[in-house]
Amino acid sequence: MSRLNETNTKSAREIIARYPRPKSALIPLLHLSQEQNGYITREAMQHLGELVGVTSAEVYGTATFYEMFKFEPVGKYLINICGTLSCALMGANELMHHAEKKLGVNAGGTTSDGMFTLAHAECQAACTEAPTLQVNYRYRLRVTPTDLDNLIDNLRDNKLKDEFPPHGVLAKVQQVIPADRAVGTKDPEDVNESPAWLDGKAAL
Amino acid sequence: MTIVDPIKESVVDPNLVNITINGKPVAARKGELIIAAADRTDDFIPRFCYHPRMSSVGMCRQCLVEVETPRGPMIVVSCMTPVVEGQIVRTTTDSVKKAQEGVLELLLANHPLDCPVCDKGGECPLQDQAFSHGPGESRFVEEKRHYEKPIAISDIVYLDRERCILCDRCTRFADEVAGDALITFTSRGNDTQVLTFPDEPFSSYFSGNTVQICPVGALTAKPYRFKARPWDLEQTESTCTSCSVGCRTVVQSSRDELVRYQGVDIDPVNWGWLCDRGRYNFESVNSPDRLTTPLVNTGTELAATSWSVALETTARMIRLALANNKNSVAILGGARGTNEDAFAWAMLADKLGIDQRDSQLGDGLSPEVFNLAQATIDETCAASTIILLAPDLKEELPVLYLRVRDAAQKRKSRIIEVSARDSGLTPHAWRTVGFEPGHQAQAVRDALSIPEMKEQLARGQVVVVVGRHNLAENEMFTLQALAEVFVAAPSVKVLPVLRRGNVRGAIAAGLTPQNNSGDAIDILNAAAAGKIDCLILLGADPMSDVPDSGLVQRAFTQVKNLISIDTMINDSNRNADVVLPAAAYGEKSGTTTNLEGRISNVAQKITPRGTSRPDWMIATELSISLGVDIGVSSLEDLNSKLVGAVAAFAPSIDAKSTHGDGMLMARETPVTISGDLSKAIDRNAYNLRLVVSRTMYDLAGSTVSSPSLAGIITDAAIFVNPLDLGRIGVAEGTNVRVGAEGTNIVIMIKSHNGVHRGTAWLPFNHTGVDIRPLLNISSDVVDVRIEPIK
Repeated sequence: MSRLNETNTKSAREIIARYPRPKSALIPLLHLSQEQNGYITREAMQHLGELVGVTSAEVYGTATFYEMFKFEPVGKYLINICGTLSCALMGANELMHHAEKKLGVNAGGTTSDGMFTLAHAECQAACTEAPTLQVNYRYRLRVTPTDLDNLIDNLRDNKLKDEFPPHGVLAKVQQVIPADRAVGTKDPEDVNESPAWLDGKAAL
Repeated sequence: MTIVDPIKESVVDPNLVNITINGKPVAARKGELIIAAADRTDDFIPRFCYHPRMSSVGMCRQCLVEVETPRGPMIVVSCMTPVVEGQIVRTTTDSVKKAQEGVLELLLANHPLDCPVCDKGGECPLQDQAFSHGPGESRFVEEKRHYEKPIAISDIVYLDRERCILCDRCTRFADEVAGDALITFTSRGNDTQVLTFPDEPFSSYFSGNTVQICPVGALTAKPYRFKARPWDLEQTESTCTSCSVGCRTVVQSSRDELVRYQGVDIDPVNWGWLCDRGRYNFESVNSPDRLTTPLVNTGTELAATSWSVALETTARMIRLALANNKNSVAILGGARGTNEDAFAWAMLADKLGIDQRDSQLGDGLSPEVFNLAQATIDETCAASTIILLAPDLKEELPVLYLRVRDAAQKRKSRIIEVSARDSGLTPHAWRTVGFEPGHQAQAVRDALSIPEMKEQLARGQVVVVVGRHNLAENEMFTLQALAEVFVAAPSVKVLPVLRRGNVRGAIAAGLTPQNNSGDAIDILNAAAAGKIDCLILLGADPMSDVPDSGLVQRAFTQVKNLISIDTMINDSNRNADVVLPAAAYGEKSGTTTNLEGRISNVAQKITPRGTSRPDWMIATELSISLGVDIGVSSLEDLNSKLVGAVAAFAPSIDAKSTHGDGMLMARETPVTISGDLSKAIDRNAYNLRLVVSRTMYDLAGSTVSSPSLAGIITDAAIFVNPLDLGRIGVAEGTNVRVGAEGTNIVIMIKSHNGVHRGTAWLPFNHTGVDIRPLLNISSDVVDVRIEPIK
């Protein structure tokens, strides 16, 4: 099942209610579905289209803009090794070769046990700490091949599950927005007063 | 509000904005874009993404011009910059040239130069503007990007992404105009490309328009791919008669064969758009199945013969029948021809005293709807309230759907939809009034008496679009509901939407019951009772089109002589005694009348197939054979007789007036409608009430014989609400037994959220199972029982 499950469908409806136009909720909903399945499935995109009232093609068009939405299954841990200038100078290429050997896959590949996906990344904005990598977008800095070996072993042994949630999980704690903050579906052109919680402090 | 200038003492238009383009003064309107104002002058601004019928997006940047600002001349995008008073615009300065050349060089950087094998070559805005506004040479020596050469994004449309310049025209059209956002920009960024959702085709009824507006050869359509080069095309402006909207088209041919239709932008009707059925069913004109010679039944088969023999045989049959009784001859059809065709046959019928004629086939409404206060399409789309009491416009009158949808989208009109089933316009309706077939008059009365509705109706002009939405229902229910609308809004105007291209013209020209004789159904009933000796089918196929096929079957077995004038063999004329080959659309000239009564010309582009002739010519020759010469010597002669004899056609006296926007029929003083409210019997709770309606791609002759469209026709199925499906206790996609009054059929069942509970929807005239045995024209409504097959 790769449509949203019952719990997530309920969350999806809550998220949709926060926006005046249902389709504005698309990005958070894509995250929700990536969190559920580890990547964005076709069925999920069709389901999201139904939920927010757009075609699957429109969901697809929106989702494919974003590099962090994946459309093919990725491993539980996505390892992005930076290959931009600073990191390259500090040994990122060697690090990548090492990782390829260690995991037995080429850059862009996923291990057969579905644990790891290895990928090149562009600058991760931590040049002073080169070479860098990210596991599910969480940093590891000044990484040596030994660090990498330990990291992969520990991930495989499930020792770092608190630090690195599976791919797709954005936050360990689900954000809750009070119900009274929900704008509810409204045509923005019909909205001419501020929502109650704003208490007249700001104009729309 | 008007402002009077005290100095000039003339009325100044408050919306007038005076600007200067290349030194020449131009009168523009407030809010107008520079490019739109420039389009009324001789100064052409190059463009790819700008389209006057869609919102501006400033995607291609080709329309850069120079505008004088307090800080000196500035380059702006003319399709995104509105005019302001005193604006000075220059479109040909060196800096503009440099800017435009720069944009073009970049657009061409990734564009393959495969013009010699590209269908667009020769009529390509990119090619033309590269010549007129481009740098002439490219500095790009690197490898261009590569994509898989054309991929089919639907049954009809092919997409070549290498040629695409990402102007957003097709995607904008699909989203804004058609409301089918099935193609979109994907992978935005360096790899932006137009695509559908994986494995979900661009199955829009309007997909052909994207091919027409594509400024490069990225989108091509199957029927025209590699068929001709633009410089080989001959063309003439005409009017589409596939349905009664009457879209203006250009008919293009090459080597005496139709190869393409393009939409022509006229304000009052189609705004340049066409539906795919109208655009591509010209293939049927080229069909190898077209009749080329007259056929006469030898007792064993339909054998080819000469016109003189065929006409003599036909004349003898008519003479024999008339000698018996003048009421033993009847004419069905005529709504697919021109006004002149219809009038020639009406004249012949008049001379022979044939009163029993009808161009509708029991699936329309009484012609009295034309006597009510009439609305045009423009008036409909400008009304504050549009009441829909009509078939699904998206399925049956697609371009009218686009116009009404546009009115709702732009908040010009509010739609009150009265419907037994969700239609293409349901998502755009302000309020939807559901009803069970047979109960609509009551539903309309109840709904329109709600204060909110009353308030809405009082806001301004109300227009009701009225037609037969359900073929399994007596037409009186629709007329009664219409009467209820007149009670609630007495000044309402009516836009009657009847089936078949020239139905309004044919009725006005006289192919409608005369001297209180009966309509098509009465004629068929009389035939079934053995009272009709000779039945003439004028481009009509009652076997496929009359809802009650049993009745037609009985009628045809009783009729002594069946004469058919048609372009092809169909279910109705397969066993006819004489079949006369008729010239098809594109092979004859004349005028046609659309649903709002607009008379516009249809033009001949190619030679009629074989010895086929226009209907009017057949009528003329037959009249001579019968010794009642209708005195027609040419089409012009016939047209002037029509204009002189029928007051409705008088405005089209000048042949030129039927070109372009055409000419509206003369309107008579409107009458009003009233009717007693009646209700069909209540439905037994175990049964479902039937809604039978047409869809865009059904077994219509012109669709079936167009190879590109034939494959799109879906198999017949019965659709019910998901809750009813659960109640029946069968799975979606299984076969069920559907029974009504002793007949039953076995058909696949599907669930559909747009079908209301308690009803079942059967699309009419689809492949596979024939559903018509269920339809009995003499019953007011049809209730069916659906049972699982054990």
